[in-house]
Amino acid sequence: MSTTATSGPAAAAAPRGPKPRRLSVARIGLYGFLIISALFFLVPLYIMVVTSLKTMPEIRQGHLFGLPETWTVQPWIDAWMHACTGRDCNGLSPGFWNSVKITVPSVFISIVIASINGYALSFWRYRGANLFFGLLVFGAFVPYQVVIYPLIIALREVHLFSTLWGIIIVHTIFGMPILTILYRNYYAAIPSELFKAARIDGAGFWQIFVRIMLPMSVPITIVAIILQVTGIWNDFLFGVIFAGRNNWPMTVQLNNIVNTTTGTRTYNVDMAATIITAAVPLIIYFISGRWFVRGIAAGAVKG
Amino acid sequence: MTNHSVSVKDLTLNFGAVKVLKNLTLDISEGEFIVLLGSSGCGKSTLLNCIAGLLDISDGEIWIKGKNVTWAEPADRGIGMVFQSYALYPQMSVRGNLSFGLKTAGVPRAEIEKRVARASEVLQIEPLLDRKPSALSGGQRQRVAIGRALVRDVDVFLFDEPLSNLDAKLRADLRVEIKRLHQQLNNTMIYVTHDQVEAMTLADRIAIMKGGHIMQLGTPDEIYSRPQNRYVADFIGSPSMNFIDGQLQDGVFARGDLTIPMAGYNYASPQPPGGPATIGIRPEHVVTGELVGNAPVQLDVTVDIVEPMGSDTLVWTEVAGERFRVRMDGHAQVRHGEPLRIGIVPARASLFDAKSELRL
Amino acid sequence: MAQARKRRLRLSAIIGTVPMMIVAIGVYVIGIAFTVFWSFTDSKLFPNSTLVGFKQYHRLWQDDRWLVAVQNIWIFGILLMVFALAFGFLLAVFMDQEIRQEDLLRSIYLYPFAMSLIVTGLVWQWMLDPNFGIEHTVRSLGWANFQFSPLVDPNTAIYGLVVAGIWQGSGVTMAILLAGLRGIDAEIWKAARIDGIPIWRVYIFIVIPMMRGSIGTAFVLIAVGVVRVYDLVVAMTGGGPGISTNMPAVYVIDMITKSYNVGQGMAAATIMLLPVIAVIALIGLGRIVSTRRKNAAILRAEATA
Repeated sequence: MSTTATSGPAAAAAPRGPKPRRLSVARIGLYGFLIISALFFLVPLYIMVVTSLKTMPEIRQGHLFGLPETWTVQPWIDAWMHACTGRDCNGLSPGFWNSVKITVPSVFISIVIASINGYALSFWRYRGANLFFGLLVFGAFVPYQVVIYPLIIALREVHLFSTLWGIIIVHTIFGMPILTILYRNYYAAIPSELFKAARIDGAGFWQIFVRIMLPMSVPITIVAIILQVTGIWNDFLFGVIFAGRNNWPMTVQLNNIVNTTTGTRTYNVDMAATIITAAVPLIIYFISGRWFVRGIAAGAVKG
Repeated sequence: MTNHSVSVKDLTLNFGAVKVLKNLTLDISEGEFIVLLGSSGCGKSTLLNCIAGLLDISDGEIWIKGKNVTWAEPADRGIGMVFQSYALYPQMSVRGNLSFGLKTAGVPRAEIEKRVARASEVLQIEPLLDRKPSALSGGQRQRVAIGRALVRDVDVFLFDEPLSNLDAKLRADLRVEIKRLHQQLNNTMIYVTHDQVEAMTLADRIAIMKGGHIMQLGTPDEIYSRPQNRYVADFIGSPSMNFIDGQLQDGVFARGDLTIPMAGYNYASPQPPGGPATIGIRPEHVVTGELVGNAPVQLDVTVDIVEPMGSDTLVWTEVAGERFRVRMDGHAQVRHGEPLRIGIVPARASLFDAKSELRL
Repeated sequence: MAQARKRRLRLSAIIGTVPMMIVAIGVYVIGIAFTVFWSFTDSKLFPNSTLVGFKQYHRLWQDDRWLVAVQNIWIFGILLMVFALAFGFLLAVFMDQEIRQEDLLRSIYLYPFAMSLIVTGLVWQWMLDPNFGIEHTVRSLGWANFQFSPLVDPNTAIYGLVVAGIWQGSGVTMAILLAGLRGIDAEIWKAARIDGIPIWRVYIFIVIPMMRGSIGTAFVLIAVGVVRVYDLVVAMTGGGPGISTNMPAVYVIDMITKSYNVGQGMAAATIMLLPVIAVIALIGLGRIVSTRRKNAAILRAEATA
């Protein structure tokens, strides 16, 4: 009697050993749905990539899905250096550097401020602190349009409207609610005994923050950086209003290249430009993997 | 001033409208080991945090070493504290954890090293000095946490449930070590726990707390043998005391057919009172076996449930219609439904007023 | 002396949070107050303080552009909410069946969310372009009468935006709901299997009610995105054809930057704030009621104990 019940109808007679696994209809349907969904998300990206590598005559022939017959990187070069945004024809590169100049200081400053806020709110609740926090939580839900005009006027008063520092301040302001909530929730989960121990060791507000709390904040700071870099890099509204023509970020320039061209549309250049603009957040997304998801879940205010 | 090491005077603490601590007064002598014992929410940890200065009090005074420290910062009170969750700084090595407070206080480097060396020798954590807390076991972590209090060279140690996160065996080991540490250093120690074994074994005096009050303050023996009220009697002892409600009249406790003459009972007041009362008898004070004949009061009961626990056996019976537990020898051969003769020694029982629940 | 030190420590905490105070008060109290105030003035290019009562609101609700914008945000919001939640939930449930290549699929579903809405808008502008995109491709394959170019027709353009919104947002919904699914106690599944409850019933009657938290999170995320939708419209349709894809967020910005009609823009902005305040008030009220109920339950439990 050496029949091992691994598979086949024989197994049904005398169940023994591992239960046979069959690829059921349900399972095929399940994979079918997942794959078709994946195509829905992937096809636009595929079309953009292939189109950006085709010549214009080839694009006019149609064959949206076909691979290029003659491969060309000229559209990418044009998009980076020669594409026109109204009058200027310097491509996207100035916008790219503007975005860097806006993103780096905005991310740094907003995270420094928010981490101090979260720390103070978790461990040093002074009278009134919760009022400010409540206002910030409220602010996380307020549509930008509600406060944008008073901000324009205020920044104009201090001559920061249409300047690099103006847009940095605006990003810091609008990043503050979500980041403060993020850090506060993170610090609130740290046992208060740790804080008490440091108090008994005689450390003060800044010492506890710098020596104890900051070194423990690496995970949440990674989440905050991902959230802020992608958020600020992808911003359009604040950039177009507050940065001023000379500091327009990449998204604004991209929109101008694509939507203000007169005459025939150079689809290949437009698509190359779009991919270049999306590249930075996409790279961050693919490198950071699960951190990104954690950032979204954390960023979505718990209702 | 007297030589009180720590004095709490009329301490009151309110969280909003809730009174957490109510006019608490507690004097602790030099070198004394005090345990604050109670179930969760009784205010014991809150009291400790007030003494440490981690909570701002609403009223009253706190004195440490003859100085009024009511408004002083925790670091300036001359205390060290050990927490339940160890509260080690996770990114610092053991050495860093021990020396952080001293560095903050600006103690010279040589002095820091001397103190760290001495503390780690006392606690036998020298081989661990360069490790991170995450690389330590629970017991080692708690030793480091004690070391952090030790290096501060202070007169008063505060322990906030330091052993609660450890498993049973480690807890027993470290308990002995804390006791040894106290004998060695002779510091004042204030120790919060909900574990009565820790309280009984460690304390010079125990303060049993409930609802922000101290229900009884006394030596472990006083607390165990002469509980001042029904709450303390019920709280201390495992399995807990048997209670029977009845009437006390002319020195005899009666409930239906059950009568217990209280001969030899040491009354709290000189005149034996009368009226509704409750008698409390510890399961381990019930006499069984051959010695029953010597007991002043003898009863016949029926065995209900038998719980063998190795070293002894807990037998559930009924006396005067109330559940009644009896602690017997581990080898006792009793079974459900069997008759059992038990003896009661009134001198070891406790009597409480039915209304005020205070000891009679 | 001891008190002085205590005061100094508290002072550091206050100094450390000065930026927070400035933003909380300056932006979210004073800023909103100014917006509301200007909505009652006849501010044109620059703000002034000539009060005109509710005139701006009156004119706002007679402006076709605003009426279209309000209608659009309902269409866009409800459709996006339904489709993104349903699609995201299905994806999450299917992803939770111990499938292969889960990480790869997750990356694919989620990547659109990492990109700017400008990018999403442009991508779908092309996909729905009759001379270039889906319609053109299908026709060149032989179906000469195939029609799928919603952006050209003012009556259907808004649905084009919904498609782009689903593409951008379903993956995130999936990620949040999947995290919620994974957070459910595995013993629930074991118990249901022992009891022989069909899987779909477990999902509907047990799992979904247990996922209230993550469904709420996804809901809030989508809702906030809907109210703020500006970039997508600008990149994809520019509000057109005609005024057909206007949204309140676009309307306010255009009033400020293009029409130089600040008073009316501020009136529109104030209207945008109202639903937010209503929702927050509802949530706050819900919290108070539930804590009351909890407290009452505790008191009752203590009384019986």
